[in-house]
Amino acid sequence: MDFDLILRVYPFFIEAAWVTVQLSVLTTLLGLACGTLGAMARLSRLRVFRMIGAVYVSVFRGTPALIQLFILYFGGPQFGLHLDAFTAGVIGLGVNIGAYMTETIRGAIIAIDKGQTEAARTVGLSRFQTMRYVILPQAARLMIRPLGVNINALIKGTALVAAISVVELTYTAQRFIGSTYKPFEMFMISGALYMIIIYATGRGITWLDRKARIV
Amino acid sequence: MTEPKPFVNIRNAQKSYGTLEVLKDISLQVARGEIVAIIGPSGSGKSTLLRAINDLDPLTGGEVWLEDTQINKKLPHRQYEKHINQVRQDIGMVFQHFNLFPHLSVRENVTLAPKLLKGLSDDAAEALAREQLDKVGLLDRIDYYPSRLSGGQKQRVAIARALAMKPKVMLFDEATSALDPELVEEVNLVMKKLAEEHMTMIIVTHEMGFAETVCDRVIFMDKGVVVEEGPPSKIFRNPDNERTQNFLRKHLANANR
Ligand SMILES: Nc1ncnc2c1ncn2[C@@H]1O[C@H](COP(=O)(O)OP(=O)(O)OP(=O)(O)O)[C@@H](O)[C@H]1O
Ligand SMILES: [Mg+2]
Repeated sequence: MDFDLILRVYPFFIEAAWVTVQLSVLTTLLGLACGTLGAMARLSRLRVFRMIGAVYVSVFRGTPALIQLFILYFGGPQFGLHLDAFTAGVIGLGVNIGAYMTETIRGAIIAIDKGQTEAARTVGLSRFQTMRYVILPQAARLMIRPLGVNINALIKGTALVAAISVVELTYTAQRFIGSTYKPFEMFMISGALYMIIIYATGRGITWLDRKARIV
Repeated sequence: MTEPKPFVNIRNAQKSYGTLEVLKDISLQVARGEIVAIIGPSGSGKSTLLRAINDLDPLTGGEVWLEDTQINKKLPHRQYEKHINQVRQDIGMVFQHFNLFPHLSVRENVTLAPKLLKGLSDDAAEALAREQLDKVGLLDRIDYYPSRLSGGQKQRVAIARALAMKPKVMLFDEATSALDPELVEEVNLVMKKLAEEHMTMIIVTHEMGFAETVCDRVIFMDKGVVVEEGPPSKIFRNPDNERTQNFLRKHLANANR
């Protein structure tokens, strides 16, 4: 291990880690938005929406995220869609993870006992009120952990955007290998920083989950 | 002589699941303030009939009326939703498994619907919660969450939650069947109290003793039809129909085992 080298390059990796964190946060937010809409579509009373939801999930889970990213970033300009790499990364990864989150959120909602809906509807609550005040608050608790699994996958998935040259952890490692010829050290630094990000996120999820449980 | 106009009026109710006919042309009238028990073997369609009254399990044929309102009107979706949410406010329902909202306190369980649907102020909601919980003897549990209540207490909160909407009718679907025997009485007492206040009630039950002391009329159902109905004294002591006799005999034998 070349520790001198590590000490010289690590500030660049810290900067790259910050980009990875930003990517992760924005992707999570977009993923949650897509996942919520997707779940609502999949649970809709209307067949059209259910179909749209189902197609969304099967397309985005059924193809590699990297291909989706390439289509957006390299294919987009053919249709006049010019995105900078970071934005394309967030949108590509966010819409992709949203498909997984759709299933997570839907799963939590349908796991709530049917009796809850019946009790809410029999006192006169509308479908929307039932969802808003009775089902979602209970489902939200159930979905924290499985969403945590999605987010864990998403953070690791941000490495893909190196392929469209977003200067994040993986790309930075590759770039320094070109000048230092020390792939082991470079990938170890990136790996360690990923681990820290993922560990911290995991702790956050556990904390949220425990907090939500206390009633 | 004119018959009093029925309060709840079920006319030619039919219900099928595919080819399975669960309700076969059932008609049932309940007067205001009347207390009706529905008894019968498992699978005879008691729950289905009860749940048809608030259109939770919509009928495939026939009509259900509450006073001058047809409950199971055929309407376009939006209009139907508006209509049904309105009429359901007048029909309280109590389930075998309570179905309390576990993420809400006892207070919030009782006030959720009145606040959302009647726009009650916080103060009015608080007064309402206290009034209803006092009625079921659980004022001291107002801050509890359902997970910390016994089965009997849960069911009493469920009754308070239904009463908070000031319903015109209360439907009970085996309200005490999921309870340990020693907790049945506290729920029965609450129901008796409602009976004394002349609440109109339709009660599906396996408790013949309770039906006999509290109800004005007993309906015996079997295989989707009303086999026999009459005052409790008649149905329990001197039923005409052989199926009623058999059911009661078996039921007594089970109860004494
Ligand atoms: N959703 C459903 N799909 C198909 N069949 C159903 C459905 N719900 C009820 N049934 C059938 O309808 C019949 C009547 O059911 P119901 O629950 O009304 O009986 P019940 O008299 O309330 O019985 P129990 O005393 O066991 O509660 C049963 O044969 C049941 O299997
Ligand atoms: Mg039943």
